Amino acid sequence: MTDIPAKAAAPSASSGSALLTLMKLRTFIALIAVLVFFSIAAPNFLSAANLILMAKHVALNAFLAMGMTFVIITGGIDLSVGSIVGLCGMVAGYLVLNGIDLQIGYTVYFNVFEIIVITLLVGIAIGAVNGLLITRLNVAPFIATLGVLYVARGFALLSSDGRTFPNLVGKPELGTTGFGFLGAGRLLGLPVSIWILIVVALGAAYLARYTPLGRHIFAVGGNERAARISGVRVNMVKMFVYMFSGFCAAIVGLIISSELMASHPATGESFELNAIAAAVLGGTSMSGGRGTIGGTIVGAFVIGILSDGLVMMGVSSFWQMVIKGLVIIVAVVVDQAQRRLQQRVTLMQMARVG
Amino acid sequence: MSPGREVILKLEDVSKVYAGTVAVKQANFEVRKGAVNVLVGENGAGKSTLMKIIAGVEQPTAGRILLEGEEVSFSSSGDAVARGIGMVFQELNLFGNMTVAENIFATREITNRLGKIDRKEQEKRASEFLDRLEAGIRPDMLVEDLRIGQQQLVEIAKAVSLDAKILIMDEPTSALSAAEVEILFKVIADLKARGVAIVYISHRLEELIRIGDTVTVLRDGRITGQEEMRRVDTQWIVRQMIGSDAKDFAKADGHQPGEEIFRAEEICLPRVTGGLAVDHVSLSLRAGEILGIYGLMGAGRSELFDCIMGRHGHASGKIFIAGKQVKERDTTRRIQRGLALIPEDRQREGLVSILSVASNLTLASLSRFVSLFHIRGGAERQAVVQMVRELAIKVADPAQEVSSLSGGNQQKVVIGKALLTEPKVLLMDEPSRGIDVGAKADVFRTMRKLSRDGLGILFATSDLDEVMALSDRIAVMSNGRLTGMFDRAEATEAAIVAASALGHGPAHGEQR
Repeated sequence: MTDIPAKAAAPSASSGSALLTLMKLRTFIALIAVLVFFSIAAPNFLSAANLILMAKHVALNAFLAMGMTFVIITGGIDLSVGSIVGLCGMVAGYLVLNGIDLQIGYTVYFNVFEIIVITLLVGIAIGAVNGLLITRLNVAPFIATLGVLYVARGFALLSSDGRTFPNLVGKPELGTTGFGFLGAGRLLGLPVSIWILIVVALGAAYLARYTPLGRHIFAVGGNERAARISGVRVNMVKMFVYMFSGFCAAIVGLIISSELMASHPATGESFELNAIAAAVLGGTSMSGGRGTIGGTIVGAFVIGILSDGLVMMGVSSFWQMVIKGLVIIVAVVVDQAQRRLQQRVTLMQMARVG
Repeated sequence: MSPGREVILKLEDVSKVYAGTVAVKQANFEVRKGAVNVLVGENGAGKSTLMKIIAGVEQPTAGRILLEGEEVSFSSSGDAVARGIGMVFQELNLFGNMTVAENIFATREITNRLGKIDRKEQEKRASEFLDRLEAGIRPDMLVEDLRIGQQQLVEIAKAVSLDAKILIMDEPTSALSAAEVEILFKVIADLKARGVAIVYISHRLEELIRIGDTVTVLRDGRITGQEEMRRVDTQWIVRQMIGSDAKDFAKADGHQPGEEIFRAEEICLPRVTGGLAVDHVSLSLRAGEILGIYGLMGAGRSELFDCIMGRHGHASGKIFIAGKQVKERDTTRRIQRGLALIPEDRQREGLVSILSVASNLTLASLSRFVSLFHIRGGAERQAVVQMVRELAIKVADPAQEVSSLSGGNQQKVVIGKALLTEPKVLLMDEPSRGIDVGAKADVFRTMRKLSRDGLGILFATSDLDEVMALSDRIAVMSNGRLTGMFDRAEATEAAIVAASALGHGPAHGEQR
């Protein structure tokens, strides 16, 4: 608490609001800064091939971060996304290689489209488990998703006894070929995964802005009690955000195993932390109620470009971790400073009005 | 009672600005030793804020505080306690998960030489204070298991145990029974004799006249009068409190209520600690009728509203709207059936403070503006603009965050949100709490207009004037029960107050 007399501070109010605008655009400024820095510091950084490669890296984190953003806006957290990535990759790999043995002498094989749908449903189902634990059994989101993190990872390892499902080419006679399209295919010059990201991001941003569900997500995070009294179905909203997060994680699992044409059960370890970092960097408030899909995407790009650029410059991966950590901390500090400044500016305006 | 009593604390030109309101404007206030310094004012006049400034909970935006002639500034309540200022808060500041003794000695635990808390000693000393309050509270009881009145007594014991030079009591009697009030007055007389300066805030004028030595009146954050109590009477206080213009309750227009629109039968809500928070309450309401529910704090008014809105799964009883039973048990579908609640606690239950005015207004009625799943921005904006105009909400741009509005305008947003759901029955819990005079008049006018339009309004209040002036009928609740039902024509203040005190004796509390 600082007691600045209203009169003395009045002239600084306008400079305060200029600073405020600057602070609100901080993620964007950071993005431009890393782009400019690396295009000078790292040769080949701006080549089309490199940019597309980076975008593919970023896309993986961006999917998870979008799901995470909705969860965090409701005031929760989803630690299980990395494990869902791993498990969904294994599900897809298993279905391509083995199909489902019906135990009566028949084995059903699915085509790639069906495999994708099943895998997405598995992701959504795991999200639903998170949601049920949180809404019906009142487990704290941190604990519920931590538990699911271990369970899902365990099942991923069990599914192959810890081995990798290699060579997911499929067999033409079973109709299981073509799984590589997600990870390696291109449409109009852009990788398929980027197109999927664009579609999902636009959908999520639309949902947040123009649908009642989106409005309810923000209301639940802003004040759960008030939302409930206003007739918002709080439990349904929470179920949705965890299921959406699971859906996003399943997409990532599919893309990774498709890129590698192999499924490894340890895929996705610690991905959840990168996703949280991107969301926070993009202006999502951990206390709920605030955040945007656009901000999160920009945040994911800042983190992704930072790590790829540092690799290109030959910075050791140990230093990369230090730098990434510092960037996140600075982002949150600036976020807090912005809140305080905003409050001050409003208070000053009110004091002047009377 | 000499006027020459020593001034121990003095506030000079103290102001306090919050996001949304100027709570205190250049107040000058003196506190005298060995006297009961009474502070009165309407809801939202700034009494509690002024006291929080003295107790170090809030810091003044401008002005000076002089303690025994020396300028002080408290950055926390700990600072104020260290200088001998204790406070009994209006909202209970107790830890429900700890025992009475632990609460009384919180932050100044009695420890032995090794730093271990000496529980026995704490409980022994706590019981000394508790015995003086004669409330049958044992020091090893958990605070959350106590009745609200008993909790208030614990809060008082805690403040007394500080050995403060200045003791602030913010509505200490609001949840006490008549017998408990008598005990409290004995304790106050005792403290006074020991030279303690007491600052006493209350709404109950008869109480103030009885125990006060000096009286200070606050109105809209300004001090409008400071006098020796023996030189003034009730009329003087009321005049200072409400100013020249008396309260604007908006006149009744004499329209006749229509058919029964709402009926509650045998509503019961069990309390966690046993007993019933709402005890077999039945009432009915006609279209176009305003039914006031009067009661003290903890009488069960808010709980009754909560039951009607379906916020408690374990509540029992039936409700009917326009003769048809409402079988839906969740809030969402009850709102769709035509019930709407304006909760008592605006900040915690009424508003999503980080969303805009517009988003808050339409939060409960979004489905009206949706085609398939798309919110039609135009339709929503139109409804918002119309509601802002209808309720005279003072806001430059509906996209502004709702927390930037003043209390009265925030309350109008909550009302607007409820009205946009097109309710048949409106439940208003303390609709005038903590808002300025002008906004109050607006709110009352809106209530009149809505009743004329055929809405049934149930409103709960602890303000006697309000319930007398606005209601077509008056229901009184006490201890979870409906203890009285009066037509306006036959209602008297005495009868209402008597009904509100029924079943509030400590003996009754012991049985449960």
